[in-house]
Amino acid sequence: MSKNLFNKVWDLHSIRELPNGQTQLFVGLHLIHEVTSPQAFQMLRERNLKVACPERTFATVDHIIPTKSQSRPFTDTLAEQMMFELEKNAKEFGIRLFDISTMSQGIVHVIGPELGLTQPGMTIACGDSHTSTHGAFGCIALGIGTSQVRDVLATQCLALDKPKVRKIDIEGSLSRGVYAKDVILAIIKKLGVKGGIGYAYEYAGQSIEEMTMEERMTICNMSIEGGAKCGYTNPDQKTFDYIQNKAFAPNGDKFENAIEYWKSITSDKNSEYDDTVKMNASELEPMVTWGINPGQAIPISGKIPKVDELAPEEKENAKLALQHMGFAQGQEIKGTRIDVAFLGSCTNSRLSDLKEGARVVEGKKVAKNVKAIVVPGSQQVKKAAEQQGLDSIFEDSGFEWRNAGCSMCLGMNEDKLEGNEICASSSNRNFIGRQGSPKGRTLLMSPAMVVVAAINGKIVDVRDYL
Amino acid sequence: MPLQKITEVTGRGIVLMGNDIDTDRIIPARFMKEVTFANMGKYAFYDERFDGNGNKKIHPFNDEKYEGASILIVNKNFGCGSSREHAPQSLMRWGIKAIIGESFADIFAGNCSMLGLPTVTASKEDVEKLMGFVHNNSHKNIKLDIKNRKIGFDATTLKLGINESIRKSLVEGMWDQTSLLLEAKEEIKKTMSRLPYLNNFE
Repeated sequence: MSKNLFNKVWDLHSIRELPNGQTQLFVGLHLIHEVTSPQAFQMLRERNLKVACPERTFATVDHIIPTKSQSRPFTDTLAEQMMFELEKNAKEFGIRLFDISTMSQGIVHVIGPELGLTQPGMTIACGDSHTSTHGAFGCIALGIGTSQVRDVLATQCLALDKPKVRKIDIEGSLSRGVYAKDVILAIIKKLGVKGGIGYAYEYAGQSIEEMTMEERMTICNMSIEGGAKCGYTNPDQKTFDYIQNKAFAPNGDKFENAIEYWKSITSDKNSEYDDTVKMNASELEPMVTWGINPGQAIPISGKIPKVDELAPEEKENAKLALQHMGFAQGQEIKGTRIDVAFLGSCTNSRLSDLKEGARVVEGKKVAKNVKAIVVPGSQQVKKAAEQQGLDSIFEDSGFEWRNAGCSMCLGMNEDKLEGNEICASSSNRNFIGRQGSPKGRTLLMSPAMVVVAAINGKIVDVRDYL
Repeated sequence: MPLQKITEVTGRGIVLMGNDIDTDRIIPARFMKEVTFANMGKYAFYDERFDGNGNKKIHPFNDEKYEGASILIVNKNFGCGSSREHAPQSLMRWGIKAIIGESFADIFAGNCSMLGLPTVTASKEDVEKLMGFVHNNSHKNIKLDIKNRKIGFDATTLKLGINESIRKSLVEGMWDQTSLLLEAKEEIKKTMSRLPYLNNFE
């Protein structure tokens, strides 16, 4: 019978059916960070348990890390305590930690792929909802809570209900100035922020095939914003080329054998799906969110919807959004003044994102009154960008060039919005208070759109600047 | 240590209206800079309950009539966003013992079930009925019969929706599954031996 990738990988990792009907699923790679793991390690101690597979567990620090001065102890004593706990736990339980001194530190969803830890046909878990990013390599990548982190640490397994699988078939090529970020925002707008509940998303079709690995990561990253349990794309030659020669990639003959395995888990032709959705990417424009969830997005040429014209169940949230954002219904999003521009996050902080941003900003200046920062996704991304001179391009334009971390995506370090500042952001969530200020306002968009917004001090159409 | 069998939950209701209430609203990220969950209860809905100067705002969690309430009633896609277990931990430590809603985000519902905090669903009409009842009768109890899939208040009985595996886990006291997962040592070994990437792609 023809099977899709999700079902193949699920079956390969299924250990048994549990008494409650759930599946005991083996986790091939467990990634941990400082925010959602300390409580799990404490639970292990209380129960006198060990880490089952320390060699399949890798740690890094990303959420709380300062992006300016990183000398220890950190100025923020709470951040220092979390860093200390992670170091202590990694040491005590024999887990490899990619800390600042390793030059491999970074956002967990950036470093997994760039170290070659993330590979097709794996099950991956991490105590972070954007774990879906790793699905770009053709794996089942699940964001989990801390009690589940405990389970994976103790047993290398999860107890799970199997989700259904929806294929999202995206035909057509992207036009100039339209990026992977716009595609995923358009998908979430179309299917809604709750459309994915109970589903894994398979992204397929010409548009996905034409994308680079980094673009596919951007797509899979925001699966959770559409309510999906996880998201993935099928591996192909681009996937194999990306992995080859990475630190943890199989090498020599083993690499050829690995490719054989990786090819074997791709979705069969004529695979069955629980649902299929078709879209055309060639019709898309750059997208911008106007509200307080990622589904409240419109094309750059569009207008903020009128509450009366929305579906009944969207009305209340639209009213709340307009109130929080200080926007009027029916107004254009183009021309909205911004205070802050943030280029970073696990969605869009990879080398290609920074390169595209630098290409747009080169020789131009950030508008007066706009605070603009670039936060590379990892130390490796930062180093590669600096080797290409991107840091000088950004700094000459008036952007601050920072160290790697999650930074202003969620404001757990010093990088926060203040008061009701409006931020053009390449991150993934525009929730109320998300960027560290309860009244802060977030407009999600592609990195190139963030950069042109920074230059103009307002939201503009990046296609006019390419 | 045997787990508590959660067959029913009885308590007074608290209504929180709105779809897509995300985990950043339940607990803003800046409060997660602690290495234990111990203090999370006081941060529940912090930015919606207090203004910048720490003054109370109008919010169900500040409303005296809901003091001591333990059954939270919500609308659609409650708990969307982050995987932070801090969100259910904060609600639980605030005093919530069960949540009834039209629907829940997957990771949030999973996190709740791991803590023995039932998230059960009801139809839109029934949730509206319940909200109306609690609004006017905040002093009266609601009873969730998880075993028999019923929600009861006054003389009314509504249908309670719950994923069968989660229902079983709760009523049979198996919602914390670490030891159960550990039992399968041999099967785990067998699975590991067939995964090419754990065997050097031999």
